[in-house]
Order: sequence, then C-alpha cells, then structure tokens
Amino acid sequence: MADLRTEAGPRAGAWAAYRSILRSRVRAQAGYRVSFATDIAATVLTGLAELTEVYVIFHNTPRLGGLNFDAALLVFALANLTFAAADLFLGHCDRLPTYVREGRIDVFYLRPLSLLGQLMTSEVSLRRLGRITVAVVVLAIALVRNEVAPTPVTMGMLALAIVAGTVLLGGLFVAVAGLQFWLVDGREFANAFTYGGAYAAQQSSLVFPDPVRIFFTFVVPAAFTAYLPTLVILGLPGGDFADPALAWWLPVAAAWVWLVALVTWRFGVRHYQGAGG
Amino acid sequence: MTEGSSDTMVEVTRLTRVFRRRGADDLTAVDGMTFRIEPGEAVGYIGANGAGKSTTIKMLTGILAPTSGSARTCGLDPMRERRRLARRIGVVFGQRSQLWWDLPLRESFDILASIHGLSSAVAARRIARLTDLLDMGPTLTQPVRSLSLGQRMRAEVAAALVHEPSLVILDEPTIGLDVVSKARLREFLIDQRRDHGTTLLLTTHDMGDIERLCDRVLVVDHGRLAFDGTLAGLAGTVGVGRVLVVDLDGPTEPLHGIPATQWQGSEGGGIRQRLAFDPADTTASAVLAAVAERATVRDLSIEEPDIEEVVRRIYTTSG
Repeated sequence: MADLRTEAGPRAGAWAAYRSILRSRVRAQAGYRVSFATDIAATVLTGLAELTEVYVIFHNTPRLGGLNFDAALLVFALANLTFAAADLFLGHCDRLPTYVREGRIDVFYLRPLSLLGQLMTSEVSLRRLGRITVAVVVLAIALVRNEVAPTPVTMGMLALAIVAGTVLLGGLFVAVAGLQFWLVDGREFANAFTYGGAYAAQQSSLVFPDPVRIFFTFVVPAAFTAYLPTLVILGLPGGDFADPALAWWLPVAAAWVWLVALVTWRFGVRHYQGAGG
Repeated sequence: MTEGSSDTMVEVTRLTRVFRRRGADDLTAVDGMTFRIEPGEAVGYIGANGAGKSTTIKMLTGILAPTSGSARTCGLDPMRERRRLARRIGVVFGQRSQLWWDLPLRESFDILASIHGLSSAVAARRIARLTDLLDMGPTLTQPVRSLSLGQRMRAEVAAALVHEPSLVILDEPTIGLDVVSKARLREFLIDQRRDHGTTLLLTTHDMGDIERLCDRVLVVDHGRLAFDGTLAGLAGTVGVGRVLVVDLDGPTEPLHGIPATQWQGSEGGGIRQRLAFDPADTTASAVLAAVAERATVRDLSIEEPDIEEVVRRIYTTSG
C-alpha cells in the first residue's frame, strides 16, 4: 500500500496536527468579534478588581508579609501574568469532566495522537489576553516604581519567572485534569489547587503560618512563580522557608509539578480505561 | 499472539468486561464473547440497550481495557497500539461528534486530514470525493452547529473516512434520521464497501440498516453472543416479516386466505385488519391487490419489525 502520508516523520506530523488544531481554535474565537471583545473586557475588569484589592490592603497597612505596596505590585504582576498565561493555554484542562460527559475524550482515543496532547491543544482561551494586558501594565509600573536596575540578575530572574512560572502553573491545570478521572465532582477540589495556588502565589509567603508556607513552597510550589522571584529582583531578605536563593530552583519546581501532572494523568487514563490503577 | 491470520479485521476471544460499581453488584457488560470478522464483511451488531454493544466497540477501539480475554482489531492490540490502530479504523459514534462545532465544516475535514498526516494534495482529493458522494458541497462553508441532523451525520461519516480506513465502525449511524437521509447514507456505505472493500461493523436499532447493509448479524444478549449468522438465517430463526395494516371501507370479514400471508387480527369489526407477510415470498403490491379484490382499501401502512422485537424473539428462542 502506497504511503500517502507526508514526508516528515511521525513526530513532525503530530506537531503539524497540533498546530492546525490550535490555529483553528484561535480562528473560531476571533471570528465572533463582539463576544470576543466583551470577554476581553470582562477579564480586564477582573484583573483590575484584584488590583484594587491589593491597593485597599496597602491603603490600610504600609507593609504586609515583609512587602510594601510597590513590592506587592511586582508580586501581583508576576502572579497574574503567569497564571493568566497558563490559563490561556491550559485552563480548559480542569473541565475534564465535561469532556468525559460530552464524549470528547472518547473521540480523542480515535485519533493517532497522544490523549494528553489532544486535551492540551483542544482549546485556547484568548479572552485571558485581557488579564495578561493588565498584568503586563502593572509589571511595567512596578519595575519603574521599584527602580529595578536592568542587571543580568534582575532581568534573568524576571524572564525565568515569567516563562517557568507559566509552565509551572500550566502543570497544575494538567495535574487536576488527571485527578478528575477519579473524582466524580472534582471541579471544586481541582479549583482548590489551581485557583487556590494562584491566590497563594499573589501573596507574600510570609503572611502564611509555617505549614501553609511550606505547602505552597514545596508541595504546590506557587511561591516560586511570583514571591520568591520578587525577593531576588528587589534584593529583599525573605524569611524562614522563603529564602531568595530558592527562586533559582524555579525550573526544578516546575519540573516537579509536571512530573506529578504526568503521573496523575497516566493513572487517570488507566482508571478511565479500567486497566487497573 | 493469538492464532489466526493477520488479515482478520476483528478477532475477539473470550472477551469479558466487568464494571465494578460502588454500592451495587458488579456488572458484567461483556461476558466471554468470541467472534471474528474477515476483511470485506458487513456485520450488524444488534442487541437491547445495555446488552454490551457499546462496551464491545470501546474495547475494539482501545477506549476500554478488557477485564479478561483479548480483542485484536486490524491485527493490532487496541490498548497498546491505539495510535497505529487509529490510522486504520474509522469510527462514527451517532451520539458524539468528532467535528468542530464552531468552525465551517470544511475546516474540520482539513484538521482531520492534518491529524492523519495526509499531504494537502491527497487530502484535497479525498475531501472532494467524499463531499461529492455524500452531496455535501453546499454545507462545506457552514458552521457545523448550523447543520441539520442528516447533514451532520453525513459529515461525521465523511470525517471518519478521510484517511481511508479499512475498517469502519458505526455506532447507531442512522438514529434520528429521516427516510431520505437514511437511504442516502446507506447507499454511500454500500458503494464504499463495493469500491474499496471496506469492512463494516455497525450497531443499530433499525432493521432496515441490517437488511440493506449487512450480510451477517451478531445478536448480543446480556454480554453474550445469542446469534451469529446471516440475515436469512436470522429470518429463518425468528422471522423478519412485514405487517400490512389496511383500513377498509366498512366492517369486513377477516381476510383469511390471501396468498402468502397470515391474518393477524382485526379492529372495529374488521375495519382495520393486519396481514403478516415475508418479502421473500411475496410483495406488498401483490398482497394489496389481493385485498383490494375483496374490499375497498381507504388507507394502509406497512410495519417493519423493529429490532427490539427481533432481539426479543432471539432471546426467547435462545434462552
């Protein structure tokens, strides 16, 4: 039988397939201009509302958890930017039960691509661009107000925080997708990790009691996405279990989250198929 | 390795699937099933709701793992070689769509061609041919969510065939379709089989699908195979006759003795009468002509046996 497939190897073919799926998702959302615009506006407002919360807190207290308002702005910006970016690419993964109910997971099985690859590329939420915009503006303001000098350390940490922080939080969405193969009504539980982690990421770790701080540093390592990088960028001292030097371990923290994510996904799929596990 | 040639399309050996249920007894959905399907066969897979049809199909396609026994599809292990298998089978689930509802239909076909790694020239040729055969030209630019059910089902079938699979599995492909849409889809599948030697496995609640598409029937009951044979064999076992229902001008004597029919009863003192016949022995028009000689027919309808009834009869004869 003649091989009618493209010349490129199977891996290159898979990337082309994922790209064409993702492009179609972008086209579909950009196609409905009015609803796209209102969605963007809504996420801008959400971002601004959360910013107001930070402002209100620091209107009442000059320092919280070792941060002043300007430092808190940097934490807010990094936490929001990474979470919104992760949400844009992978936020739909926590709706796995809907995929199961609508039979979309079964359809994934019928295609010659990885199941997780298909889940991850099945949607992009372009409306998160609104929130990303808010975060980027706040980030610029925070860098100016904190008079951050553009040294290799500050810029390197900033780039690492944005890239690896997004990867880390994206891993959280995938981890909770795997969990929801077991949990019948797992959405709330899943949100505790994703939105809970995102909320924790917005705070100074020092506002938490030790056990909670340890949890959000070494178990669900949300502190790595914004607070620890901020300590490095601003040269702040941190505290117990919140040493600035930890920030450079961000790639390891992200790898840890993805390891857990891939394991829960694997067990989740095995559970779905009923092959033990 | 199980024995048998690698040409065998489906080879199921003592296939069993048990669902463990919280707070209830285990449910054995498929119970020690064994059958084979050879290339080019068209097999109807029928049974009552919950008899184990969908579970079997999920095991054949790698969605579900067998509890015990084995399934091989296109010579592959569906669990371990799911992706290779996906290139060789096309599956249509009547109830779940593989199209992108918010995009024009054409884009779903393009994405599927890309997923299957088809070059754009090959993809364009196949999509054009399927579009032509299934008469879908005008719908290509419409978003999938705006298609009628008949249009969508044809699109689903085309989507499952873009990569020219050698085995096509259809789960309730004609459910909810009007008569014209059904006929068109059946004709397409018949042509597809004749021109490409495509093997068909379909579940259905429609006896017409079985009669027009299948040369072999598997009847499943409580996860076990209750019948495996030809349609003629099935008819011989349980009868798949038609019933002609006539409304007559006025009360009439029972219409006994019409050639090749059995009188089944009457209502309203003989105003409405029912005559069973087998299309192998006579035709509807011959029966009608014989009735018309005795009384004026005001109205008529023909009842096809529904699959539930056939299945019920199989269950009682095999039980």
